[in-house]
Amino acid sequence: MATPLRLNANRDVLCLQPSMTETAPTPQPDLDHPDSPDFSLDMAHSSFKPRLSWQSVFVGLMFVFMYLPILVLVVYSFNESAYSATWEGFTWEWYGYLLSDARIFAALRNSLTVAISAVAISAVLGTLMAVGLARYRFPGRQLYLGISYLPLIIPDIAIAVATLVFLAAVGFSLSLWTIVAAHIVFCLAYIAIVVSTRLADLDRNLEEAALDLGATPVQAFFQVLLPQLMPGIVSGCLLAFVLSMDDFLIASFTAGAGATTLPMEIFSRIRTGVKPDVNALSAILISFSGILAFVAEFVRYRSEAKRR
Amino acid sequence: MSVSPPPSETSQSPNSELAWGTRWLGVTGLLAPAGLWLLLLLVLPTLVIFQLSLVPNIRPGDVVIPSGIENYLRALEPGNLGVVLRSLKLAIGTTFLCLILGFPVAYWIALLAPQRWRNLLLLGFVLPLWTSSLLRTYAWIAILRPTGVLNSLLGIVGIPGLDLLNRPPAVLVGMSYSFLPYMVLILYSSLEKLDRQLLEASADLGATPLQTFWKITVPQALPGIAAGSLLVFITSLGDFIDPELLGGASSMTVARLIYNQFLGQTPNWGFGSALSMVLIFAVSVAIALLLKYGDSSATQR
Repeated sequence: MATPLRLNANRDVLCLQPSMTETAPTPQPDLDHPDSPDFSLDMAHSSFKPRLSWQSVFVGLMFVFMYLPILVLVVYSFNESAYSATWEGFTWEWYGYLLSDARIFAALRNSLTVAISAVAISAVLGTLMAVGLARYRFPGRQLYLGISYLPLIIPDIAIAVATLVFLAAVGFSLSLWTIVAAHIVFCLAYIAIVVSTRLADLDRNLEEAALDLGATPVQAFFQVLLPQLMPGIVSGCLLAFVLSMDDFLIASFTAGAGATTLPMEIFSRIRTGVKPDVNALSAILISFSGILAFVAEFVRYRSEAKRR
Repeated sequence: MSVSPPPSETSQSPNSELAWGTRWLGVTGLLAPAGLWLLLLLVLPTLVIFQLSLVPNIRPGDVVIPSGIENYLRALEPGNLGVVLRSLKLAIGTTFLCLILGFPVAYWIALLAPQRWRNLLLLGFVLPLWTSSLLRTYAWIAILRPTGVLNSLLGIVGIPGLDLLNRPPAVLVGMSYSFLPYMVLILYSSLEKLDRQLLEASADLGATPLQTFWKITVPQALPGIAAGSLLVFITSLGDFIDPELLGGASSMTVARLIYNQFLGQTPNWGFGSALSMVLIFAVSVAIALLLKYGDSSATQR
């Protein structure tokens, strides 16, 4: 009895990343307070009008807190004077500056190469791992499960150090592909977690029916299980992609000469202070990740709507 | 992974024989690739840095001969111990800030906001996680630097400017900002399961809102509070970017110290490995506490 509980506790901690995709509640029971969702509020604060309570003001401030830095970056990217806080007028100059910067594009290409390769390989490894862990009981399963959580638990800096030291110890020369190898470690762990939450609420009967009707296990896997897992795999891949594109530490420890990724390039530019072209880059990346987040949520929404 | 011989002689069960064979084939085929990868690039490397941490004064290219715990003792020298303690203080401060800032947000979204807006509000709150963490931290440089946004705003109101950048408080702000969404996510998923009838019953029976909060809400949310706090603690303990970009020379942390042992001016891989082991150990202790706590709170029900 202790085992599933422990697993749940674990998942509660670790799953937070999935951009809440998977932690978000599945179909909300709309029935508990059909007429007044604010019922408990009215009970607890009978003297207050619920609309503008101090709680909602505080929450509003926290939303401002979350978005202020992003807003600042975007606004500054259009500011003519890059180095002062005051508004000196509108300009596209920094964007032009950025678009003519070959180093940024080289770094972007490296980052995309790393992220796409790592995610592609991890999608296969992570999905297989999630299915294997969900479908089979075998000696050492608990240990395997523990190891599969390690990439999410051990701090990035320690993973980075360990990978670098190990690669040096076996005499493997660093390149772009050593970053890919290191990224697969955490990408597959995240994909496996997202896929396994999806696996947990799948209908096993479909797969068994396929087997009973004469499908081979391989056929059942590809034609019955995999299509059902797809939404989980896709959102796991998106998460892994974002994490891989975002990783600075592991990449900078495992990168070979010339294999500079985008976060490494950004880091080397901003550690000396505020840079206007980095502001422009931020604005572009923010729009891009906004779109990505939207796509991810759309995928989740659709898959949930289908399930109902 | 050893394959046990299938029970073969029973005449009428070719099916179960097949099942045994495919079963082991299935386990191996599904789990071996990822398992090998993790073994080769995570478990083995961790063992290698443990070995290296026992080698004093190693330079790249030296022969590795484990010979003592000098590296670990070095972590206890006053200067380095100060760094470790500062990291702990910053991590605890960040955890505390995230908790007091995050709890009202999670509570409001989970219990007070209109039902159909809840998912959207939660998504909106954690959306910044999708953007580069490096750039989100960088934005705080623009806000906190002496001529930055914050001081301009304070100047308008007539308050003298604050000099926060390159000091520990800036790191605290940056880390709280970076990890607040995680805290809110975890607290939300625990508050969302809260039994509302208990809240109503408590109010019906004459408890003040404050009493209801402390006696009903907090105890029920405790597993979430513990999980969220430990997660934020662990993440901020190993955080490199915020202290590096916002902290300046006065807020050296363990992660920065480790970084310097490998990519800094005077590398010392043995000492860096020892510090990494200390960090992994600290995180493991935190996780063990959580598991113990999680189990005991679950069995209480």
